[in-house]
Amino acid sequence: MKTALLILLLSASPALANKVFVSNEKGNDVTVIDSATLEVLGSYPVGNRPRGIAISPDGRELYVCASDDDLVRVFDPETMQETHTLPSGPDPELFVLHPSGNPLYIANEDDNLVTVVDTRTHRMLAEIPVGVEPEGMGISPDGKVVINTSETTNMAHFIDAETYQITDNVLVDQRPRFAQFSDDGTRLYVSSEIGGTVSVIDPATRQITKTIGFDIPGVLPEAIQPVGIRVTADGKKIFVALGPANRVAVIDGDSLEVTDYILVGQRVWQMAFTPDQSQLYTTNGNSNDVTVIDVASNKALRSIPVGQQPWGVVVAPN
Amino acid sequence: MRHQTALRRVLAAALIGPVLTGGLALPAASQQAPAPAVAAAQPAAQMIRVGVLRVDRAGLPPISRLDLPPADLAFAGARLAIDDNDTTGRFLGQDFEAVEVAATLDSAAADLDALLDQGIRFVVVLADAATTLALADRAGDRALILNARARNDALRGADCRANVLHAAPSHAMLADALAQFLVWKKWPRWFLVTGSHPEDRALADAYRRAATKFGAKIVEERVFEDTGGARRTDSGHVQVQAQMPVFTQRAPDYDILIAADEAGIFAGYMPYQTWDPRPVGGSAGLVPRTWHPAMEAWGATQFQNRFEQLAARPMREEDYQTWIALRMVGEAATRTRTADPAALRDFILSPEFNVAGFKGQKLTVRDWDHQLRQPILLTTGLLMASVSPQDQYLHQVTALDTLGIDRPETDCQF
Repeated sequence: MKTALLILLLSASPALANKVFVSNEKGNDVTVIDSATLEVLGSYPVGNRPRGIAISPDGRELYVCASDDDLVRVFDPETMQETHTLPSGPDPELFVLHPSGNPLYIANEDDNLVTVVDTRTHRMLAEIPVGVEPEGMGISPDGKVVINTSETTNMAHFIDAETYQITDNVLVDQRPRFAQFSDDGTRLYVSSEIGGTVSVIDPATRQITKTIGFDIPGVLPEAIQPVGIRVTADGKKIFVALGPANRVAVIDGDSLEVTDYILVGQRVWQMAFTPDQSQLYTTNGNSNDVTVIDVASNKALRSIPVGQQPWGVVVAPN
Repeated sequence: MRHQTALRRVLAAALIGPVLTGGLALPAASQQAPAPAVAAAQPAAQMIRVGVLRVDRAGLPPISRLDLPPADLAFAGARLAIDDNDTTGRFLGQDFEAVEVAATLDSAAADLDALLDQGIRFVVVLADAATTLALADRAGDRALILNARARNDALRGADCRANVLHAAPSHAMLADALAQFLVWKKWPRWFLVTGSHPEDRALADAYRRAATKFGAKIVEERVFEDTGGARRTDSGHVQVQAQMPVFTQRAPDYDILIAADEAGIFAGYMPYQTWDPRPVGGSAGLVPRTWHPAMEAWGATQFQNRFEQLAARPMREEDYQTWIALRMVGEAATRTRTADPAALRDFILSPEFNVAGFKGQKLTVRDWDHQLRQPILLTTGLLMASVSPQDQYLHQVTALDTLGIDRPETDCQF
C-alpha cells in the first residue's frame, strides 16, 4: 500500500526534476541538488569566491562569478566541467543574462563598473561606469533596460541595453542590493539592505511608487536586511530575503503589503524558483544550507546542508 | 593632494561614457550622443570642499612597531571617501574635494584659519581632546567640525559644542561595548589598571561607569606610572617579563584585567604577563574599536579591498572615522542635492539623516550631543571576536543607545 502510494507520488511529479546549483562563497564550490528528491547530487570546485550564478535559457551553460579570480567561469551543467571563462572585469559579484541568453551584464564591485560580455564570442563589449560598489543587476523582460544598483551610491541606474548609456538614476534607501522586474515589466523592485526597505519603481516614469518596510515581532529592526527578490510569473507574490532576520517576506502583488514571513536558515540572501514556480530555494549563508519553500502555501519544506557560506542559487530550466 | 584630486576628476569625466572595447562595431553607441538624462555629462554645478586637519603630536613611537602611524593616516580614508562621493556626485552634478593638512600643535590654529579663509565650511579634525575643543571654538559658527579622533567623554558632555559632530566613538561607547560582552560572558570581576596620563584617567572613568551600568565590579584598581623605561630597546622584553607579573600580583580574585591606557604606554605589554592567568581587555587584548582590517561582515570585504588598493596598507580607525565623516557630508549632499553648507549641516543633524558604514545597520546622529551612533567591534590581534551592542541589551529607541551616554544622562547643553 505504502509502496504504491510512493510510486504514485513519484510518478505524479516527473517534471519537477531540475538541478539546483548553489554557489558557496567560502567553500569555492557549487553544490548541485535534485529538486525532485531534494538530495545533494554532488559538489564541484568552481574557482575562488563564487557568488553570482546563472544558467543559459537552453540550460547548456552555467555561469559563475569567480570574484577573486576576476573572471566568470562557465561550466557544463551536466558534467560540471569548466568549458571556458569569460572576461568579467575585476571582482565580478552579480550578473544578469539577457533574456535571449546573450550578452551577460556583470557588476564589478571593486571598480564601479558594469561589464558587458558576449557569451558567444567570449569578448567584452563595453564597460559602463556606474556608482560605488555596483551589485544588483536586473533586466527588463523585453531585454531593453538593464538595471544596476550601487551599494554605496544608493542608486538604481537605468542603462540602455543596446547603447550602454545610463538613461536615469533613481536614488533609493541605503545599500541597494538587488533589482528585479515583474514579468510584465510594469514594476521594478529594488531592495535596500541597510535601509531595510524595498522600493517599488515604475520603470516608465522612474518614480518610486511605494517603499515597503518590514516589521517582525521579536526581531530587531537592524536585523531586517532585504537582499534577494523574486516575483511569481503572475506578479501576485513577491518574495524578499531578509538576511540576518532569517526570514523570507511574502508581499501581496496587488496591495503591496507584507502578508507573511517564512522562517528559513541564517542570513538568507539569494533565491531561485523552479521553472514551474512550485518551489523557491533560498541560500542561507551563516547556517550553510538552503531552504526549500513551497510557493503555494508559503511553507518551508526542508533545509538542505550545502557548502560553506552559500551565496547564489539558480535552477536549471526544463 | 589637491591636484591629484583634480586629476581624478578629469579621469572620471573621461570615463563618463561607456568604454567600448574589443574593437567591435557598435553603431548605436558610436553614433548616439550621450543621453541627456546622464547628469554626469553636465558640468559639475555643485562643489563641496572639506578640510582634513590632522594634528600630529610629537611623542614616543608606539610600543609595537606594527602600530607606527603611516604618513597618510586619515588622509587615505579621506581620499577613498572623496572617490566614493565623486562617483555618486557625477550622477548629480556634485564634485567633492578634500584639502589635507598635517599640522602640529603649534600650527593647528593657523592651519584651521587658512582652511576657513578658503571658504571651507566642513573640517574633519584629528587631534587630542583639548586641541579639538580649541579648534572648534576658534571655528565658531564658521564651520562644522567633524571630530574623527578625540574620544574624551567631556567633549560630548560638559565641553560639548553645537558646531562639533563626533564621528569618533566616545570612551563611554567603547567601555560599554566591552562591558556588555564581559557581562554576557559572566566575567564581571574586573582588575582595572590605569595609566598615569590625564587621558588614561578619562578612559578609566568610562570603565568605572560601564561597570556600574552593566553590573560588573571593579575588584582592584592600580595605576601604572609612566616613568619612561626601556620600551623597545634590545632587552626591553626581559624587563617586561619581570615587571608585569610583579605589578599584577596579589590582586583579589578577578576575571579579566582591563587596561585603561589611552596614551599607549603599557597595555600592549600586559597580555600573557599577568601574575594570574587571566585575559586582558581594554587598550590591549580584547580591544573595542570602530574598525579592524580583518572585518569582513556586512560587505566590508570590498570596502577593505578598495582602501588597500588605494593606500597599499590596511585601514586604521582614523581612516575609517575620516571616511565616515566625509561620507556623512557626501550622503547629505546626495539626499538634499545641494552644496549649501548650512543646508547640509541641518540635514546631517536632522532625524531623517542616516548613512551606511559597513556596520550592518544605519548610522545616525544623537541630537543631544552630536555623537554618531555606531556598533563597536571587539577585536583580538588578527580578528574581530564580537560586535556590540550585544543582542541581549535592549533599548526603547535603538540598541545603539545602550552604548555611551544616553539622552537622560547627558551633560551637554548646546
